[in-house]
Amino acid sequence: MSKEMNLTLKVWKQKDQNSPGQMKTYQAKKVSPDMSFLEMLDVVNEELIHQGQDPIAFDSDCREGICGTCSMVINGTPHGPNKGTTACELHMRHFKDGDVITIEPWRAKPFPVLRDLITNRSALDRIIQAGGYISANTGNPADANALPVSKKDADLAMDAAACIGCGACVAVCKNASAMLFVSAKVSHLGLLPQGKPERDRRVWNMVSQMDKEGFGNCTNTFACEAVCPKKVSVLFIARMNRDYALSVAKGQPDAS
Amino acid sequence: MKLDAKTPSGPLTTKWSRYKEECKLVNPANKRKFSVIVVGTGLAGASAAASLGELGYKVTCFCYQDTARRAHSIAAQGGINAAKNYPNDGDSVQRLFNDTIKGGDYRAREANVYRLAEVSNAIIDQSVAQGVPFAREYGGLLANRSFGGAQVSRTFYARGQTGQQLLLGAYQALSRQVAKGQVKIYSRTEMLDLVLVDGVAKGIVVRDMVTGKISSYSADAVVLATGGYGNTFYLSTNARGCNAMAIWRSYKRGAGFANPCYTQIHPTCIPVSGDHQSKLTLMSESLRNDGRVWVPKTKGDKRPPSQIPESERDYYLETRYPSFGNLAPRDVTSRAAKLVCDEGRGVGSSGLGVYLDFAESIGRLGKKAIEERYGNLFEMYERITGEDAYESPMRIFPAIHYTMGGLWVDYNLMSTIPGLFVLGEANFSDHGANRLGASALMQGLADGYFVLPYTIANYFGSSKKFVPSTDAPEFKQTEQAANEHLKRLLSIQGSRTPTSFHRELGKLLWENCGMARSDQSLKTAIKKIAVIREEFWKNLKVTGGPGELNQTLELANRVSDYMELAELLCKDALERKESCGGHFRVEHQTEDHEAKRDDENFSHVAVWEYQGAGKEPVRNIEPLQYEVVTMSQRSYK
Repeated sequence: MSKEMNLTLKVWKQKDQNSPGQMKTYQAKKVSPDMSFLEMLDVVNEELIHQGQDPIAFDSDCREGICGTCSMVINGTPHGPNKGTTACELHMRHFKDGDVITIEPWRAKPFPVLRDLITNRSALDRIIQAGGYISANTGNPADANALPVSKKDADLAMDAAACIGCGACVAVCKNASAMLFVSAKVSHLGLLPQGKPERDRRVWNMVSQMDKEGFGNCTNTFACEAVCPKKVSVLFIARMNRDYALSVAKGQPDAS
Repeated sequence: MKLDAKTPSGPLTTKWSRYKEECKLVNPANKRKFSVIVVGTGLAGASAAASLGELGYKVTCFCYQDTARRAHSIAAQGGINAAKNYPNDGDSVQRLFNDTIKGGDYRAREANVYRLAEVSNAIIDQSVAQGVPFAREYGGLLANRSFGGAQVSRTFYARGQTGQQLLLGAYQALSRQVAKGQVKIYSRTEMLDLVLVDGVAKGIVVRDMVTGKISSYSADAVVLATGGYGNTFYLSTNARGCNAMAIWRSYKRGAGFANPCYTQIHPTCIPVSGDHQSKLTLMSESLRNDGRVWVPKTKGDKRPPSQIPESERDYYLETRYPSFGNLAPRDVTSRAAKLVCDEGRGVGSSGLGVYLDFAESIGRLGKKAIEERYGNLFEMYERITGEDAYESPMRIFPAIHYTMGGLWVDYNLMSTIPGLFVLGEANFSDHGANRLGASALMQGLADGYFVLPYTIANYFGSSKKFVPSTDAPEFKQTEQAANEHLKRLLSIQGSRTPTSFHRELGKLLWENCGMARSDQSLKTAIKKIAVIREEFWKNLKVTGGPGELNQTLELANRVSDYMELAELLCKDALERKESCGGHFRVEHQTEDHEAKRDDENFSHVAVWEYQGAGKEPVRNIEPLQYEVVTMSQRSYK
C-alpha cells in the first residue's frame, strides 16, 4: 500500500455539557492508509496520554458500521466524505498526506455535547418509547408463516428498518430535523401487516414526541439521505407525512 | 462449591413442559412488588427486561452504551436458527438438539440444549409478531438458508443484519415497557460490582460514565446479560466496549466460572492489517454457502489469485470434509486455515489468510444473485480492505469471536450465588465447547423471552421476599471498594497506557492460548501474564480524574479484569488435557489433526471457584451425563 501520511486535526474540545468548547489543533503523524479513521484517532490519543494530555473523547463501539454509536462530523459532513459509510468504517486511504481535517460533534440542540465529540442522543430513545413498536407481549403468537407478507413490502420494510439510529440525519439538517429517523421506524412498522392496528397512534405519538424534543421540521433538502450511512430514503418521510395526515384526519388517537 | 444443575427428572423431551407445569408462580398482584435488576441490553437482557416488565415486575436496566439499542448482539449478521422445518428438509427439534450437542463436541448439558431447541420456534413467531423484517419468498412466506454444522436450512435472516433486527425488536418491546413505567433504563452506566446480602445477590454498584458518580441499586434479583469475555484477547470481533467486568467481579463475589477455556475462533474474519488494528471484523459465515475456501497448493506462491490456475489451488475444506465442505463447523474450519497457513501456504502480505472465492457462484448464479444475498457484506469488505470481492476473492483469517464459557448456571439459569441469574453469552450453558453459527441469537432470546420469565417466578415463589436499602453496610462497603479500585488505577501515574497493556496481554493469549494450545505454551502464558499484570499495577498511566467522563479510566478498569481473567483462561486450558471444540490441545489430536476428546476423564464442566486475591482458585466439576445422545467422534467428513 501507499506511504504513511502526516495530518493536521482540528478537533472540538469541550470538558462537559456546561463548559464552553473550542477547536484545538493536533498533529497525527505516520498515519497508515490501512487505518480506519477511528484507529487514527486511537493512535493520536495514545500519544496524548503518553504526554499526560487529555485525549479526545469520542463514541464508538462495534466499529463495523452497525451499532450507530460513532458520531462525528468530519470536514463538515457527518461520518465523513464516503457515501453509505459510518465514521468507524471510513479508512485513511481516502485522505492524503498533509490534509487538514476538522472533526466536530453532532451539532443539534436536542443532542447536547457531553464531552468533546460525545453527545447525548437519548431524545431518539424517547421517540421510540412514544410508539416505535408493535404491542406484542411475549407469549404464544401465531405461527410465523400464518401471516404472509409480500416480498415487496417485506423488502421495503427492511430498507426502512436498516436505520442504525446514529443521528447523522439530524446532525446534517439545517433544521435539526429527525424526520428521516422517525419516518424510517414509522414506515418499517407501518408497512407490515402486524403493524397496521397501531399505525395511526404510532405516527401521531412519535411525531408529537419528536416536536417536544425540539427537533425541527423537514424542508426537503434531502441532506439526510445523502449522509445516511444506511442510505435510508427520504421517500419514507413522504410516507410518514401521508400517514400523519391520515391520523390527523381521523382525530387524535387515545393517549398511550 | 455445590453444583446442583437442578435438571428436572423425567424424559428429556418433556422436562421443560413438566417444569413449566410444576414451577412456582407469582400472582399478578404480587408481581409488581418484586424488583429485578437487568444488566446488559443485548438480545438476552433486552428480551428478559421487556418480558419481565410485561409480566408486571419492576425492572431496572443498565447498559454501558448510550442507548439500549446498540448492544453488540446488533452486529450478528447471518441469522438465527429454529427447527421450523419450513423447507421440508428433515429438520425437527430433535435434530436441532442433536446438531447443537454434537457441534458443541458433547460438552454441553443435555437438558438445557434440548430446551433451547424446543423454544427456538417460538422465538421466530415472537419476532415476526414484533415486526422483525425477516427475508421472505415471493409467496410471502419466510425464507431460510443453511449454516455451518447443519445439513438442513433452518436459518432465518434479515439481509446481513439479523442481529440488528432482532435486537431492535427486543429494544422496541423494551421501549414500550419504559413508556408504561414498568422498566427504567440507565444508559452509559457500568456495573462495577455485585452486592450480596447474607450470601444472596441483592443489588449492584454502578458508575455513571458521564459524571463518574458511583452509586448502588438493590432489588429482589439480579440478572446479568453482559455478553462474553472475548475482548480479553484484545483483538476480537467484539465491540470495543464489550467487557467482562460484570461476570468477572461476580466471580470474585462467589459465582462459579465455567469452562473459561472454551473460546470460539471464527474462521471468516478480515485479516489484521497492522499494529494500529483496534478490532477485527467478521464476515458472516453465511458467505460460506456460496464462497469456496482455498489456498495455493504450493508454499510461498505469491501470484495474484487470478493467475493461479484451478489445478494449482487447494480447496482444502472440500477435500478434507466432503459431506460438509465449505460449511464445516467453525472450530474445524478455523483449525484447517491455521494448518495451511502454518504450512506456508497462507495468502496476503502477512501470509495469515486464505481465500474465500465467489467466482464459481457468480458464474453459476450471476453477480446479481450474489449481490442480493451478500451485497452489504461485500460492501463492508470493500470499505475495510479497499478490494472488490466480486472481482478477486476475499481474504479471510480466524479471529476470536465468541466465548462459550461463562458463569455457571443451573437449569434455572441461576448461578452459584442465589438470586444471581446469568443469560446469553455471559453464561456457559448451551454451546458446550463450540457454538454453531446462528445459535447465539437463538440462545440469547430463548433465555430472555422464554426461560427466565418462568425460572425467576419459581425463584421468587420459593424464597423469602427481601430488598435491602442501599444504605446497608454491604452496599456502602462495596461502593467503597469500587471507589478505591479506581483511585488505585489513577494513582499509579506510570508511563504505559491501558491499551498498550491490553494489546500485549491479548497478543500473548492469542499466541499461547488461541487456536492451538500446549502444555508448554499455557505454562509460558501463565508465567508471562503474572509479569504483565505486575507491570500493569506499577507502570499504568491514566489521565484525568474519577469524577468525569473518562474513557481511559473506563478502559483501565476493564483491563484490570482481563489481567486476572486471562490467567484463569489459561489455567482452565492447561487442566483440560483433551481437545474438544474450540479448545485444541496439540498433544491431543488424531492422526489427521482433528480434535481428540477424552470422554473418560473430561466429560464434565470445569467450574472455577474464587478463593481470594493471590490464592489458587479451586476447580470443581459438574459431570455431564448423556441420557439420550450417544457420544461419538465428531466427524464432518
